[in-house]
Amino acid sequence: MKAIITTGLYKKYKNIVAVDNLNLEINSGELFSLLGVNGAGKTTTIKMLTCLTKPTFGEASVGGFNIYNETKQIKQIIGVSPQETAVAPNLTVYENLELICKINGFSDDKTINKIREFTEKFGFESVIKRKAEKISGGFQRRLSIAMALISEPDILFLDEPTLGLDVIARHELWDLIRSLKGKITVILTTHYMEEAESLSDRIGIMKNGKLLKVGTVEELKKHADTDDFESAFVSIIKEA
Amino acid sequence: MKTLIFAKRCAKEILRDPINLGFGLGFPLVLLVLLSVIQKNIPVNLFEINNLAPGITVFGLSFITLFSATLIAKDRESAFLQRLYTTPLSGFDFIIGYMLPLLPIAVAQTIICYLFSILLGLNISINIVFAVIGIIPMAIFNISLGLFFGSFLGVKQVGGICGALLTNLSAWLSGVWFDLNLVGGSFKKIACLLPFVHAAEAEKALFNGNFGTFAEHIFPILIYCIFATAIAVFCFLNQMKKQ
Repeated sequence: MKAIITTGLYKKYKNIVAVDNLNLEINSGELFSLLGVNGAGKTTTIKMLTCLTKPTFGEASVGGFNIYNETKQIKQIIGVSPQETAVAPNLTVYENLELICKINGFSDDKTINKIREFTEKFGFESVIKRKAEKISGGFQRRLSIAMALISEPDILFLDEPTLGLDVIARHELWDLIRSLKGKITVILTTHYMEEAESLSDRIGIMKNGKLLKVGTVEELKKHADTDDFESAFVSIIKEA
Repeated sequence: MKTLIFAKRCAKEILRDPINLGFGLGFPLVLLVLLSVIQKNIPVNLFEINNLAPGITVFGLSFITLFSATLIAKDRESAFLQRLYTTPLSGFDFIIGYMLPLLPIAVAQTIICYLFSILLGLNISINIVFAVIGIIPMAIFNISLGLFFGSFLGVKQVGGICGALLTNLSAWLSGVWFDLNLVGGSFKKIACLLPFVHAAEAEKALFNGNFGTFAEHIFPILIYCIFATAIAVFCFLNQMKKQ
């Protein structure tokens, strides 16, 4: 089953074409990465698929729901971790998680159990009662992802999840993301080659709003006739 | 239910910010003390507490605009709002959630101002209760202004517009610091076209039990309140669509 299908998706901001004729199919349970340099159109793609912005034209479905007229249904099945660390700074880690549970209509019991589960899963034990603004950048990112996941989404969007993190925090987050593989569909945007290579089932390479190539790491390397993924990426980008 | 959950979160964000509390509650009280001290040393009744206290409560509401606008601008800039736009919360939930917690905060601020003024010699009367209730339309106006500015300004701009410009406008054009008749002319005409002087006069009228005078001044406040709320809701929903 396809989790996401886009057909001729196009977004233009004034004179800038942010996403140009995007045709993409993502399977359920797949970890799909959108890889590209800054301004490639990755975040705009995520924004359209999460109903944050309307496409100029083109069609897309998320979890079988249309992004134009079934936004309520889509919001029930997605989780989003934006590029910025989007947490409530004066709420504690516990309260941030509780907020999302309650907004999604969880009962008190379910909320308590979920927070307990996520505290363990994300290693929040030492910071659970601290205000989000007082915890480290790495923990804030974890919290941001935990907030996207705690609503039990079928499809999770992670926009540059490890941006600005140190190498240890990044690897810890990768382990977390890896643990989701096969359980839910994950769409991840990144401009780190290593991240895309290490985590993804398939990768879509974008440049100037266009999806240049889609495939597994091996397929992309084979296409570029190289053993190194970074060289394959550069080759595909330069080819375009 | 979701509205109340979001409103509770907004209340926590505001009340846990020590700068908010310091300015919102502390500054009006400091002004009450300073102006009362000045009053004791001047021969005219410029800052007599029975006139000053109702005016300061109106001035204090400009900080409510600052709280409201700052919270929304912060949520926008940190992408926290963007995250919440992808949840089942609706536009109604956001608007009410942002506005609702500020109303009891505004009322509490007014009550604290009056209670503090009693210590400075304010006459105790049942009219204080009416004055507290009577400030609600102006509080809604100030909260709506916050929603309006927070919908398109950044945190720094909010600090300038709401923190500096609006508090000064509210102070100078409300007739709290000086009798507007002393300046007269265009200044007074402009002041009378804006809601601040009407709010201060309405508060004074309620406090002094002059309900007829209150009725004269509440009308322009209600017009401003309805107009500001409508514009603020429109601007907020518009920025939601523009994500």
